[in-house]
Amino acid sequence: MGVIDTLRLTAEAAAGLLERKEVSGQELTRAHMEAIDERDGELHAYLHVVGESGAGVPIAHKDLVTTKGIPTTAGSKILEGYVPVFDSTVAARCKDAGLPILGKTNMDEFAMGSSTENSAYGPSHNPWDPERVPGGSSGGSAAAVAGGLAPWALGSDTGGSIKQPASLCGLVGLRPTYGTVSRYGIVAFASSLDQIGPITKTVRDCARLYEVIAGRDHCDSTTVDLPEPVRIPTGENLEGIRIGVPKELNEAEGIEPGVSEQVQKAIALAGELGAEVGETALPRSVDYGLACYYLVAPAEASSNLARYDGVRYGHRAAGDGDLTALYERTRWEGFGAEPKRRILIGTYALSAGYYEAYYGQAQKVRTMIAQEHAAAFEQFDLLVSPTSPTVAFKIGEKAENPLAMYLSDLLTIPSNMAGLPGLSIPCGLSEGLPVGLQLIGPQFSENLLFRAGHALERALGFDFVPERLRHA
Amino acid sequence: MLHVARLARLEIPEDQIEHVQAELGAILEAVGKVSELDLEGVEPTSHPLDLVNVWGEDEPRPSLPREDALANAPDPADGAFRVPAVGS
Amino acid sequence: MPEWEPVIGLEIHVQLKTRTKMFCRCENVWGEEENTRTCPTCLAHPGTLPVANKTAIEWAIKLGLALDCEIAPRALFHRKHYFYPDLPKGYQISQYDIPLASGGRFALPTAEGDREIGIFRAHLEEDAAKTIHVGGAAGRIAGAEYSLVDFNRGGTPLVEVVSEPDVRSPDEARRFLQLLRRTVVELGISDAEMEKGSLRCDANVSLREVGESGFRTKTELKNMNSFKFVADGIAAELERQKEVYESGGEVVQETLHYDPSTGSVAPLRSKEYADDYRYFPEPDLVPVEPPAGMVEAARAEIGELPAARIRRLEAEVGFDLAEGLVSGGRDRLFEEVPGDRRAVANVLMNQFAALSIDPAQVNPAELGKLIAARETIPRATFDEALAASGNGDFSAERYLGEATISDASELDPVIARVIAANEAQVASFKAGKEGVLGYLVGQVMRETQGKANPKVVNERLREKLSS
Ligand SMILES: [Mg+2]
Ligand SMILES: [Zn+2]
Repeated sequence: MGVIDTLRLTAEAAAGLLERKEVSGQELTRAHMEAIDERDGELHAYLHVVGESGAGVPIAHKDLVTTKGIPTTAGSKILEGYVPVFDSTVAARCKDAGLPILGKTNMDEFAMGSSTENSAYGPSHNPWDPERVPGGSSGGSAAAVAGGLAPWALGSDTGGSIKQPASLCGLVGLRPTYGTVSRYGIVAFASSLDQIGPITKTVRDCARLYEVIAGRDHCDSTTVDLPEPVRIPTGENLEGIRIGVPKELNEAEGIEPGVSEQVQKAIALAGELGAEVGETALPRSVDYGLACYYLVAPAEASSNLARYDGVRYGHRAAGDGDLTALYERTRWEGFGAEPKRRILIGTYALSAGYYEAYYGQAQKVRTMIAQEHAAAFEQFDLLVSPTSPTVAFKIGEKAENPLAMYLSDLLTIPSNMAGLPGLSIPCGLSEGLPVGLQLIGPQFSENLLFRAGHALERALGFDFVPERLRHA
Repeated sequence: MLHVARLARLEIPEDQIEHVQAELGAILEAVGKVSELDLEGVEPTSHPLDLVNVWGEDEPRPSLPREDALANAPDPADGAFRVPAVGS
Repeated sequence: MPEWEPVIGLEIHVQLKTRTKMFCRCENVWGEEENTRTCPTCLAHPGTLPVANKTAIEWAIKLGLALDCEIAPRALFHRKHYFYPDLPKGYQISQYDIPLASGGRFALPTAEGDREIGIFRAHLEEDAAKTIHVGGAAGRIAGAEYSLVDFNRGGTPLVEVVSEPDVRSPDEARRFLQLLRRTVVELGISDAEMEKGSLRCDANVSLREVGESGFRTKTELKNMNSFKFVADGIAAELERQKEVYESGGEVVQETLHYDPSTGSVAPLRSKEYADDYRYFPEPDLVPVEPPAGMVEAARAEIGELPAARIRRLEAEVGFDLAEGLVSGGRDRLFEEVPGDRRAVANVLMNQFAALSIDPAQVNPAELGKLIAARETIPRATFDEALAASGNGDFSAERYLGEATISDASELDPVIARVIAANEAQVASFKAGKEGVLGYLVGQVMRETQGKANPKVVNERLREKLSS
């Protein structure tokens, strides 16, 4: 066949081309390498391009996915030059499935951010408008897929880092049920929240990639086997599905009118497809979710980032002095502003005299949030809301104000705190920029999310190719 | 705050202490919101799934060759990781 | 001067001899080349995760049961944070508010009956790596130029046993530790060798006046790497505290380091900031709820404990020999060797102990024959035979052959020579100094290269001297 349009090419279509021998693995990789040469200068989606080719559909890994022999920095200077001597479980599973690695994608340092502006290696740019952020922290993966620089990619989601960039780049992103995807070899941010998941062009691609990575891993004590095999969705209706619209998630202040509008339309459409739609409530989950998250995540981060001490790998500060001085200089130099901020908050929240009031209390709020969601799921099979309160914002717009930036995850955090799976699908444009619809289900309801997401995707007919790049 | 920074082994340069302090103050005030809730008797969640008794059998697997163990070391010496004298 | 009462609690770390480490499956071995038993997990590479060692959990439960502890229905692992090069993650995975085992007791037999020492808790954790200090005074931290870290030991399973402050003397501390060592060795969960560091002991030491209720400020004593040093170190610290109080001073809470070379204790360089371990539940691991089956299986593997055996043997051979046999690990052999109980016990605790023969290698029946004959064969022969008793093919028979010289006609000339050569001793014997007889017997034994029968020599000597 002729030239491959990597912007339109879904992973499923690419797999078809390979199966029918219409293109070779080399041709498929070459096409993406050419797209990278053409557009990555502008998008800066990749931190490290590998360009492997093989039997399967090539993939891009967020740079916190440990890859043997391939640099893995988690977007941090403190891991500059670090070359892992082992593979993460998800990287190994992709390898076993024959998916060659195109490269490692940019991210907010240690996945701490919502715009990739916190990357120590400079921000990524949104393929829909390069002056805007692709979201984050998995912004590089989203920019790569939306920009036609990868058929699909892995991201990680702690507070919304898959769902939000997928939303801002007009893509599909799944944050799986906690425990269904191994964290072994995933550079840790907040252990009780981190999950790896797919960022793809379609829901079917998303299900296919989830199938590759999900399931119990003996290297991760917190993983479980899937209760049922992954089903690649085909249906086009929502018959028999009860969809709840949580007031607080849909009417929170800060949600842009244009975003609400598109989400309302999508919800109405769900009704037309046969879903039973009704209002529900998460009285305190949205109000207190953010505060809870910004205690739990930094506390765990302050612990997980203690290993970066310049002894066994990574950056070590020059100059002499005793060990304490070396630690303090190494860590101050090696970490960017956001990780340092969170390490300090987390250390404070865990320190003697404050534990109960902060970390202890946050863990109780977490229980409360889980209970509120459980209550909502007594009447509904799925919950919906916008994924992000806003469309992609301008680079630099929020960089100076951490608290404003934290609000980007306002709507994704509550269900994350409850360990629930969430799927973001594009549901329209506002000001010419993609709007994401968040579907939340009970634990292990991925198949239902795929079914509903697929039916809506078909009915919405959203074109995932950024307007400015079409017929280019 | 400086005590916390010391606990976290972060050396905040003199000229930044004020700025950092102000930023953290604002964030801590915001997250302090959780204390508004009376959650007396509510069980804390440290884990989204309630799994128990996950362990591995006591059977050795190959360790890394020493070159690999030291491959990323900033200052390897005599087959070990060298660090400055402890607190001398 | 008031009468002082020592108040001592021990913190004992026992390295488990599982095949693999606590949270990774690297081999758990001692004395290998530096950093040849490590993996991404025990080097704390980014993204690595712990997986608990099932056998280590079973063994910790076993030890908990042997110490009469309650086994927690639901135990948690916590992270304990501090920065040190031998702690790669920046935290140690340990247990905090819900240890696997707690509330036990250890009955320490004494000549005057049992002394009960409370066991506060026994919890599972991972050992730190080994830091070698280079330059400066031989491996000491002070003045070292740099340090080298070897992660082979990092992650070795440890059970930390914490006693109540029920120990009342340095010697009691030593005997408690020795018997606890014997207990873990017999449970088959550790080789517990202090010189190797597979058994380590810290002590919390304070004093109070006899009759005083409550406790005074305690100090923590570290670096006592032999049973003797444990006793000596505690004694030295007790003496120091006594002097402080009696000179009107106050004991301050601090961590002290015992220096065997000077026999004195000195404060460890005090950290420039207070500890704050920031414990929180380890999110990479799940709780342990020991299944009934696992606990019962562990209980079933516990045999008669050393303390109980001391009490049983005490009836036969008295407390000192009983304790010696048991804590020396020679009591099983003792029970298998036929013959006069005290005679067997004495030989095992004296000549035999001196030979450091592995009791397991000895054929009890043959050793019994040898001990029974020790009066009638030459001492030199007996010693030679005893030395060979560890050999697989050892048979007492060929030694028993050598009869002793009991024939007076052969002995009398020798005895006469000895009497003639030792006028002074003979005189003092006649003056009533009974003890001298032994010396004279010894002389005759020497003259006969130990072949003379001591009983006969004894009789003949008395006869000659009293004539
Ligand atoms: Mg300990
Ligand atoms: Zn290991």
